[in-house]
Amino acid sequence: MAQSAIELKGIDKSFGAVRANRDINLEIAPGTIHGIIGENGAGKSTLMSILYGFYQADRGEIFVNGQKTDIDSPNDAIAAGIGMVHQHFMLVHNFTVLENIILGAEGSSLLNTGIARARSELHRLEEEYSLDVDPDAIVEQLPVGLQQRVEILKALYRGAEILILDEPTGVLTPAEADHLFRILRKLKDEGKTIVLITHKLREIMAVTDNVSVMRQGTMVATRKTAATTVEELAELMVGRRVLLRVEKGEASPSGVKLSVKNLSVRDSRGVTMVDNVSFDVRAGEIVGIAGVAGNGQSELIEAIAGTRRAETGTVLLDGAPIDVAGSADPGELRARGLAHVPEDRHHVGLVLPFEENENSILGYHGMDFYLNGPFLNIEAIRSDARDKIEKYDIRPADCRLKTANFSGGNQQKIVLAREMEKDPGVLVVGQPTRGVDVGAIEFIHKQLIAMRDQGKAVLLISVELDEIRSLSDRILVMFDGRVVGERGPDATEGELGLLMAGVEAQEAAE
Amino acid sequence: MDFLNLILQLLDATIRVSVPLLLACLAGLYSERSGVFDIGLEGKMLAGAFAGASTAAVTGSAWLGMLAAITISVFFALVHGFASITHRGNQIVSGVAINFIAAGSTVILGQAWFSQGGRTPSLVADARFNAITLPFADTLREVPLIGPIYSELVSGHSLIAYIAFLMVPFTWWVLFRTRFGLRLRAVGENPAAVDTAGISVAWLRYRAVICTGVLTGLAGTYLAVSQNAGFVKDMTAGKGFIALAALIFAKWRPVPAMFACLLFGFLDAFAIRFQGIALPLIGKVPVQLMQALPYILTVILLAGFIGKAIPPKAGGVAYVKER
Amino acid sequence: MSAPYAKLPAWADYGLIPLINLFVAFLVAGLVVLLVGESPIEAAGLLLKGAFGSGSGIGYTLFYATSFIFTGLAVAVAFHCGLFNIGGEGQAYVGGLGVALVCLTFDGILPWWLNFLLAIVGCAAIGGIWAMIPGWLQAKRGSHIVITTIMFNFIAASLMVYLLVGPLKPLGSMAPQTRTFMPDAHLPKLNWLIELFGFSVRSTPLNLSFILALVMAVVVWALIWRTKLGYEIRTMGFSPKAARYAGIKEARIIVITMAISGALAGMMALNPVMGDQHRLQLDFVTGAGFVGIAVALMGRSHPAGIVPAAILFGMLYQGGAEISFVMPHISRDMIVIIQGLVILFAGALEHMFRPAVQAAFASLSPRSVGIDVEAKGEGA
Repeated sequence: MAQSAIELKGIDKSFGAVRANRDINLEIAPGTIHGIIGENGAGKSTLMSILYGFYQADRGEIFVNGQKTDIDSPNDAIAAGIGMVHQHFMLVHNFTVLENIILGAEGSSLLNTGIARARSELHRLEEEYSLDVDPDAIVEQLPVGLQQRVEILKALYRGAEILILDEPTGVLTPAEADHLFRILRKLKDEGKTIVLITHKLREIMAVTDNVSVMRQGTMVATRKTAATTVEELAELMVGRRVLLRVEKGEASPSGVKLSVKNLSVRDSRGVTMVDNVSFDVRAGEIVGIAGVAGNGQSELIEAIAGTRRAETGTVLLDGAPIDVAGSADPGELRARGLAHVPEDRHHVGLVLPFEENENSILGYHGMDFYLNGPFLNIEAIRSDARDKIEKYDIRPADCRLKTANFSGGNQQKIVLAREMEKDPGVLVVGQPTRGVDVGAIEFIHKQLIAMRDQGKAVLLISVELDEIRSLSDRILVMFDGRVVGERGPDATEGELGLLMAGVEAQEAAE
Repeated sequence: MDFLNLILQLLDATIRVSVPLLLACLAGLYSERSGVFDIGLEGKMLAGAFAGASTAAVTGSAWLGMLAAITISVFFALVHGFASITHRGNQIVSGVAINFIAAGSTVILGQAWFSQGGRTPSLVADARFNAITLPFADTLREVPLIGPIYSELVSGHSLIAYIAFLMVPFTWWVLFRTRFGLRLRAVGENPAAVDTAGISVAWLRYRAVICTGVLTGLAGTYLAVSQNAGFVKDMTAGKGFIALAALIFAKWRPVPAMFACLLFGFLDAFAIRFQGIALPLIGKVPVQLMQALPYILTVILLAGFIGKAIPPKAGGVAYVKER
Repeated sequence: MSAPYAKLPAWADYGLIPLINLFVAFLVAGLVVLLVGESPIEAAGLLLKGAFGSGSGIGYTLFYATSFIFTGLAVAVAFHCGLFNIGGEGQAYVGGLGVALVCLTFDGILPWWLNFLLAIVGCAAIGGIWAMIPGWLQAKRGSHIVITTIMFNFIAASLMVYLLVGPLKPLGSMAPQTRTFMPDAHLPKLNWLIELFGFSVRSTPLNLSFILALVMAVVVWALIWRTKLGYEIRTMGFSPKAARYAGIKEARIIVITMAISGALAGMMALNPVMGDQHRLQLDFVTGAGFVGIAVALMGRSHPAGIVPAAILFGMLYQGGAEISFVMPHISRDMIVIIQGLVILFAGALEHMFRPAVQAAFASLSPRSVGIDVEAKGEGA
């Protein structure tokens, strides 16, 4: 085989105590499309950011076309012929396409010559790769698919021979994605090397020549795409982790507590994140929503809990509607018995500079129990906090300590204690054990089961498939904003993995 | 003819009042377009005025005065940059601090060096930038209409006034026709895009605040070494803030900035000229209302009641690499 | 990215670092003194003597401090909500209007204490409304509160000049000020308070509003840390996302916080207008609104820090006047410099010395800074 376009040897990178990449070795052959697949947080983006010089590796070497290359900044990467299309586009929104393309590669200190050259060069690139886009259009007025094309042109204009694309289809419609793949094949035919980062198996199978799988910061395998199957990749991606079996009896669900009908939600960019989703959660059951992060689960629970406005749809709580597309207010929903453990405890669920006892009333601070007229009833708040500390074994057992000084697991227990102890009818839980130590995970899982057994309706989202499988009585899988399948708790990892990766149910059954 | 004279006088005064506003406004434009908010224009202008007047008084050279004004003003701009770019401090707090340091130290140093109650010695004509009579100004004076306009309005301002107005097309050219301008506009909107293009965000912003320093230095020079014959305590009198208002009014664009400064300057000149005189239709307008008008207009504009002023997207936020 | 800086022991965070910042600010101020050819040490001695060396000195120091407590509290309340109210100067200025309107209407009619109560309501109401408008514009229209409050300072100045040279000026008078209030609209002096400590006092402007300022410091403490509203303000200030999650109405809290902030700034007017000059005159605020920014930053937005910080600035004002007798080159403008330096070093550059302090702590006891890094890391 010819010399590798890129070779990484022993790349290591830590952020604080988190090791994002461990001893990564990777070879990418020239003139191929090489996929890198893995769950969110597996370390794919970090690895590519190192290759593009945005971060520096703690250890390890990078070879480009056989030459050992030090990449200390994006400049070095550009000089080595590496271009990158970021997941969040690095475009200046109010610039024209042309201005965006020449930014950083203007040629001379006056723009006119650079602009003129860029215009003709752009014309050539358009012809060559059928990447047509109006050079004088303002970027923010272009649809996302075309904005992405500008990013690709930006890299090509700088003479990139190796093009990295980070989750490029995340914001695209299926038609746009297909168009992108045609462009990628064309680029490959012209001799470019493409690195495609994604968590979608369908894409890997559709366009790549080789595929590498990352899991928890390590590179677990590299395969020829033609010689592998989606099942093998799904298994490699998810891994055969020891399932934390939680002891639980049969669920005995009764009436519907929470009913979601035709709910659609857009994010701040206007991209539809939740697309016409319907399901019910009954009293006494845990409904888990599985999915790779970014497929609409977050927006779904935020809309249900009233912290994000929905576009359309209906949500019924105990049969009474919640105005999810209008004035739904988290405070009001709490009063109606809907408790919410948010995904992001650092910025949403807790106020880190607050004392523990202050956080133990967040959202419930208007209850008469905690107040004396307009004043906070400090005695009641603190004794209540101490009770919860004891019941939930929160350590250190000091309700006056700043919340930032608790470990992740104990912070999460603070949130859970607060949301569970008010006897809600419905509990919406996001990522209950993210960044939580093993001991606390078990405790939190037991609490969630206990809630179920008390007859509460629990809606759980988690990117940890284990967690979904061990806790849920029913599993819904979300992909691209839609619920693509429902399975029982006995569904296999492979089966769920395929659904999560967007392989249609029928295909998976074959 | 009297009416024409009146108009000419009014417009002439407008230009004079507008010059420091315009320089300060363009100064702010460079900084804020790069994403560094600057409410310290007032302080830098004041420090520049003091340094310019003191140096001109001591050396007898207006040019050395200008050099000193620019130097000290750039120094303060760099302090602002150090706090807000390098140390990612709060840009508003830093700007406020610079205004106070300038306000206090100009008086203290002035008193210590010249013992005239914070004033600098009166400058002789040679140590000032004086009015320049443009070619043919005298010969053309008798030509109807065009003559007076040329000889009264266009001719007869100081060098710095002409520089100020030339800075408008120049700034436009820099922003929209040079590499530096392209990058400057980009870094104020999306510093991450600049960073991933391999350009240093910090260095770019430092260059922008240096431009700000140079222009506020010029504004100070105009006040103390051209318009007036020396420095007086607190002689900027809020002009830095009016310039800021004009900048917002102009939506951070150079040519509209000039018109905004001329408008605010005109309000000022008008208020002085017609103080206490009843106008037809409106009656007697309190001079204070005229003085407050720039601020009131800016508030109304900012509230989005007449158009919408959208500041550079990354303005006021220190750049931190996202993980 | 939630907390960009590793943890230090609380005493270092709240004591050592602010002191280092303050020390550097005064060091630079000392350099300025040196630059004008005087001895900084000697100047510091004169300052202390002037401020605390006599009963009258103490009286003046506390008189100035009174104004700064009000404006410092005003800035601090807004800070707790994540708002920068730079308009204390203007709010205090129009607050004076509230005092004057009450006094001019009711002097000679009501007893002094009733006038006092009505004047408190008057200045708090007008100051509060003056700050509420920028708050409303920020909450509902998205205008930047810093710019709007600056603009409102200038609008306030123009408005007050208009009123004082026009409608509020007594007929036949030339000076731009109201008539002098009758004695039943004067606030009682507090000279006895200083005499209580064994100092003799000739006459100082220290008046009852000093007590009110201390009361307001306690009220602000209670408001911020002991009421539901204060809880919501702090939640909003630390994390607007958490506030939304907790069902707190963002716009409502911003408007209310600004009203409270403006009311506190407005109450500053009681001290000079009703307590000292007994009339409303031009520019009576003389920068106290801006000193409030330095005081709030230095006092870390806590009343227990604001009161001493205000007294420090009162000391600078009074002692500064004393210095200028002996050292004619050093006028009261020196305080403006110090104020600027304090804002620079305790505000904009507050984290400059932190890495060095952290390194020092790390080398002394690695665990004191290490533990938290791990705790944060695993949550990331």
